[in-house]
Amino acid sequence: MTRFGLVWKNVWRKKIRTSLTLLSVIVAFLLFALLSAFAYAFRIGADVAAADRLVVLDKVSLINPLPIAYRNRIAATPGVEAVTHASWFGGYYQDPQFQFGQFPTEPRTYFELYPELEIPEEQLAALEANRIGIVAGVELVRRFGWKIGDRIPLHSTIWTNKDGSQVWEFVLEGIFRSTDPRGSSAFMLFNYDYFEEARAFGQGTVGWYVLRIAEGANPVEVANAIDAQFANSPSETETSTEAAFAESFAKQFGNISLIVKLILSAVFFTLLLVSANTMAQSVRERISELAVLKTLGFTDRAVLGFVLSESVLIMLIGGLVGLGAGWILVQGLAQQLGAFLPGIFLSPGAVLTGVALMVGAGVAAGIFPALTAMRLPIVTALARG
Amino acid sequence: MTDALAELEKVSRVYQKGKERVEVLHELDLVIPKGDFLALMGPSGSGKTTLLNLLGGLDKPTSGSIRVGGVELATMSNAQLAKWRAHHVGFIFQFYNLLPVLTARKNVELPLLLTNLGAKERRKRAELALSIVGLADRASHYPKELSGGQEQRVAIARAVVSDPTLLLCDEPTGDLDRETATEILRLLQTLNSEHGKTIVMVTHDAQAAEYAKRTLHLDKGKLVERMAA
Repeated sequence: MTRFGLVWKNVWRKKIRTSLTLLSVIVAFLLFALLSAFAYAFRIGADVAAADRLVVLDKVSLINPLPIAYRNRIAATPGVEAVTHASWFGGYYQDPQFQFGQFPTEPRTYFELYPELEIPEEQLAALEANRIGIVAGVELVRRFGWKIGDRIPLHSTIWTNKDGSQVWEFVLEGIFRSTDPRGSSAFMLFNYDYFEEARAFGQGTVGWYVLRIAEGANPVEVANAIDAQFANSPSETETSTEAAFAESFAKQFGNISLIVKLILSAVFFTLLLVSANTMAQSVRERISELAVLKTLGFTDRAVLGFVLSESVLIMLIGGLVGLGAGWILVQGLAQQLGAFLPGIFLSPGAVLTGVALMVGAGVAAGIFPALTAMRLPIVTALARG
Repeated sequence: MTDALAELEKVSRVYQKGKERVEVLHELDLVIPKGDFLALMGPSGSGKTTLLNLLGGLDKPTSGSIRVGGVELATMSNAQLAKWRAHHVGFIFQFYNLLPVLTARKNVELPLLLTNLGAKERRKRAELALSIVGLADRASHYPKELSGGQEQRVAIARAVVSDPTLLLCDEPTGDLDRETATEILRLLQTLNSEHGKTIVMVTHDAQAAEYAKRTLHLDKGKLVERMAA
C-alpha cells in the first residue's frame, strides 16, 4: 500500500466512468498525434531548409518557367558559390493515385547543393552516363519494390514526348536517402538533358534555380543582386531563402498550423469539460472519505495532491495510449501517403508537447475539485457523510 | 489513573447559523486522566460530538484552552493539527468510514503512510492490528464483504495501528445489533485495560456507557459527571 496505490484505486473506483473518460482522452490525443504529424508534413520544408540555400523563382508565379540562360548569370553573381536547377515533371507511376515528385535536374550539382541527400558515387555516375537514367529516394523504392536496373515508366500530366506520348521510360540507376530524419526522400531525379531533348515544348527553360551562397555572403544582398539582373526582363525573378520558399509553398494549402490549433483547441476544451466533470463527480461522491483521510492526519495539501494526481493520472494513461496509437497510425500513414505528402512524422517536439498537454489538462481538470477537497472542513464533511 | 492526558479549560464553541449565534459548548472544564475510559452521554445537540471533535483537533474552540498530552491545540494550524492527529489520536466512527476501494489490510495500513515505516513494516503492523481485533483472516476482504461488526473491528484496527494514546469513538455501536455491540465494547475495554489506551466514547446507549470507567452527561453545552456503577 502506497500513496500511488491509493490514487490508483480511486481512479478505478467507477470503472465504467473512468473507462469512458479515458476513451475521450485517448481519442483527443490520437487526434493530436495525427494532426501534429500532418502539420509537421506541411512545415517540414521550412524546418529542414538550409540557411545558406536560396531559391530563384519567376516573380509572377511558381508555375512560370525561367530561361536556362539565367544559370550562368546566376552562377556569376558575387556571393554565389554553386547553382543547380529543377523543374516540375508532374508524373505518376502506373496509376494517377501514385503521384510523387519527379524533377529533371543536373544530378551532380543537385546532390552537391543538397548534401543531406546521400547517393553512392558509382550510382550517380551511372545516372549521368545513362540518358534515361533516374534515381529514386529510398522511401519510393520501398513503396514500389523497385530495384536498380528496373524500367520505370512515368506518365506525365504536363509534358508530352516529341513522339506524342505522355509516357516517359526511365531506368533506375540509383537510390538515395536523406540523412536528416525529418527530411523526405520520396521523390525522383533524372537528367535534365534527356528532358530538354525529348519534351515537345518548353525548351530552354527550367522551373527554378537553387543556389548556395558563399561563406560570409549576405543572403539578402545576393538575392537582391540576382533579382536586379533580371529586372524589366520578360522573366523577372524573385529570390528568397529556401525556408521562406517552403513556407510560402505550404501556405498555398492554407494556414495549416492555425487550422490544427483551432481543431485541437476545440477538442481539448471539450476534453477538459468531460474530465473536470468526472473529477467533480468523483470528489462529490466521497466527501466523507476525504474527510476521513484528513481525520487520519493527511494534510489539506496532501488531499489536494491526491485529487490532482488522480486527474493527471487519468490524462497520462489516456494521453500516452492515445499518443502511442497515434504514433502507430502515423507510421502507417507515412508509408501510405509518404509519396504524396512526405514528412508525415510525429516529432519528439510534438510528443513532448503532448505530455505537457496531458499534465496541463490533468491539472486544469482537477484543480477545482482538488481545491474543494482541500478546503473541506472535516467536521462538516463527516456530518454530510 | 494518574496524571491528566487532556485538559479543557473554559472551552466554548459557538457556531454562526445565518444570523443566529448557537453556543454548543459553554465554558466547559474537563480533565481526562491517562488510561481513562470515558463515556459522554446526553441528548441530541448537547455538544457531545463537538467536544469529541475538539479533543481530536478536528475543530477549534471559539475560546478557551485545550491541552492534550501537554500540547495546546487551540492555537495550532490545520497542518500542525493534522500531523498531531496522525501520531496521537485514533478515531472510530458510527458508520466505520472505511475506504470501500481498499481491502481491510490496506484500510488499516492507511495511517501508516504518514510514518517513515517501509512497506514491509507497514504491512506487518497492519496485520498485527487486524489480529488484535480478531480479523487476521479477513485482511484481503473489501468492506462490502464484511459484516457491520467486522467493519467496525477493521475501523478499530485502523485507529490503533499507529499506536495513539487517545482513542475517540463517536457512537461506535450505534449501527450494530446488541450482540455485536457488546463484542465491540469488550474490545474497547481490552484496548483500555490491556493496551493502556485512553478512550473517550460518545454514545446514546446507557448499556454501552456501562462499559466505560465513568460517564459524563452533557446538557446544553455543560457537563454533569456521574461515576459508573
